[in-house]
Amino acid sequence: MKTRDLSELAARNLREAVLRNSLTTLGVAVGVASLVAMLSLGVGLQTLASQRLTRSGLFDAVFVTSQRNFRGPRPPAPTDSAPKKESRILDEDVRQQFSKLPNVTEVYPQIRFVTDVRFAGKSETTSVLGLPDSSRTSGAFEGMKGAFFSSPTAEEAILQIDFAKVLSDQPQSLIGKELTLRYAERAALPKDADDEALLDAAMGSAAPGGISIVPREKTLRIVGVTESDPSAGIGGFGGARLYLPLKTAEQLHVAQPDDLQAFVSGNPAKPAYMALTVRVHSPKDVLQVEAAIKQMGFATFSLLDATKSLRLVFTVFDLFLGLFGSLALTVASLGIINTLVMAILERRREIGILKALGATDRDVRSLFFAEAGAMGLFGGFFGVALGWLIGSALTWGTTIYLHRQNLPGVKISYIPWWLALGAIAFAIIVSLVAGLYPAARAARLNPVDALRYE
Amino acid sequence: MPNAPTFIQAESVSREYQLGETVIRAVDGVSLSVAKGEFLALLGSSGSGKSTLLSMMAGLDRPTSGAIRVRDRNLAELDADELARYRRETVGMVFQSFNLLPRMTLEENVELPLRLAEVDRQDRGSRVGEALERVGLGPRRRHRPSELSGGEQQRGALARALVNRPAILFADEPTGNLDSVNGEQILLLLREIQNALGMTVVMVTHERPLAEKFANRIALLSDGKLVSDGVQH
Repeated sequence: MKTRDLSELAARNLREAVLRNSLTTLGVAVGVASLVAMLSLGVGLQTLASQRLTRSGLFDAVFVTSQRNFRGPRPPAPTDSAPKKESRILDEDVRQQFSKLPNVTEVYPQIRFVTDVRFAGKSETTSVLGLPDSSRTSGAFEGMKGAFFSSPTAEEAILQIDFAKVLSDQPQSLIGKELTLRYAERAALPKDADDEALLDAAMGSAAPGGISIVPREKTLRIVGVTESDPSAGIGGFGGARLYLPLKTAEQLHVAQPDDLQAFVSGNPAKPAYMALTVRVHSPKDVLQVEAAIKQMGFATFSLLDATKSLRLVFTVFDLFLGLFGSLALTVASLGIINTLVMAILERRREIGILKALGATDRDVRSLFFAEAGAMGLFGGFFGVALGWLIGSALTWGTTIYLHRQNLPGVKISYIPWWLALGAIAFAIIVSLVAGLYPAARAARLNPVDALRYE
Repeated sequence: MPNAPTFIQAESVSREYQLGETVIRAVDGVSLSVAKGEFLALLGSSGSGKSTLLSMMAGLDRPTSGAIRVRDRNLAELDADELARYRRETVGMVFQSFNLLPRMTLEENVELPLRLAEVDRQDRGSRVGEALERVGLGPRRRHRPSELSGGEQQRGALARALVNRPAILFADEPTGNLDSVNGEQILLLLREIQNALGMTVVMVTHERPLAEKFANRIALLSDGKLVSDGVQH
């Protein structure tokens, strides 16, 4: 029998026993739905964790320090592993070199300082952090009240909610108002000044020039109040209570601990950085960039290994969720076997008629197989849809719960295309395997016995 | 039909069934030949083995011993697929209980052998229409079997048996579920079609008057054995 005729006959048979076949298909759908819902939960949680970690800026970044003054969190390399390279200073030239490396999107210093903030006659001491412009899209400030900085050089500030509460009982009313930063500015002293030469002579130093610390004030407009504390850690945005654009922060020339290093290095006019954050396109580029920077003679640190462990944990998690989901599908496949075996009894005479009219064993087997496959196909489709609904309901419920806890909502269930297609394919395969026995049994029926059956 | 060539040849055909420890011999060493274009009635009481013999000649069952040759091919030696092909291409069957599929309309029932024989879709409509017109059921083509009378159902079954233009029509008690008027009409129709198409017909019946009225020849079976084989005039 041709495939089209076979499909039409199978479809007709399925339509005719619509209630029983629908219930069987629903059984498959429930099995697939539980599998999809479980796995979508695993994938969703994994995606959520990855997104949060990526947004934290910890996993697509390499943190670079000069080997001269900062060894970094990693243990030192074995002394005999490589020839010692000359230790280099992290200055603007090096920053430019890093930014030209392949797959590097951004290189910026971490400018973090503690200073006085004046607002409405009050003075508070707080920590300040310069934010790179890329943090606008990183999601680290998702759910923030107000807006991100209008430009990379804007004289604007974003407050962390706890600090905003210190300044005002109604933190959101601060948006649009101005505050004043009082900070210590580093300024380079001219080399050719007579008093400089005298100073050098007096100090007995070979270093030309010097630095001076000058108190300054800067007025900033408050543009946003963030309720969440963005992830902290090396290179993270957390830990500070007042944020301003990185370029604005750089232009302030706030005295930093690394200024002493610049002073010692003999070129205080050219700032040296304590550490630089090198951001790459994706976490997979980290290793290559890290190697290139090490080759240039700097110490590096990244958290890539932590993501590998995370992936392992989630793979095991997905495996267990998938196993539990598969149990439901196994029960559903028993339903298919039951339905088709019952159909053989019910359609025994029909099988006899088909054989009397010239149907081969293969035709009969294919017919039952097609019916099982169709139940699997429809069950798979409905199952994926049902799984999506369950996942959405879980996300919805979780979001409501989180909102009640004053936390931003999250998407905990996610169905990627491979999961949807895989679940449908799995449902079809399980249904076909379930149809093997009934189909073989129907094909083996003796036509004379089948025709005699009442 | 003394001069017509032999079309079906049963040679010492036996069919045994095992029922527990008892062996039941349903057909016992029957030898019989059917000529091309002949209308043979297998007559006998219930349990005489006539339906079993018909099933073997129609390729639905295999003899325990002996041979059934159709066009010189021994059906006992054909494998399952070849036997199915024989049923599909050479044989048409009509049953006592009509055996139309209740879920299908009349035309879908008649189309079924064409689907199995993989006949082109373009040709199917005309062939189904032709078969239904021949049995006078053209206007009832979209009805389901449950919407037809017994006589109409049997005529529908006859149309289904004819649609593949078989060389042999096997009819197993075709009037068994019909009243005498409808029974006679069916056999009249069968006879007309046989004359028109030149088919060979083998009919099982236990009604001697009908066999005598419509068949060219009557073979009488009793307890699985052929007891008489006579030509009708």
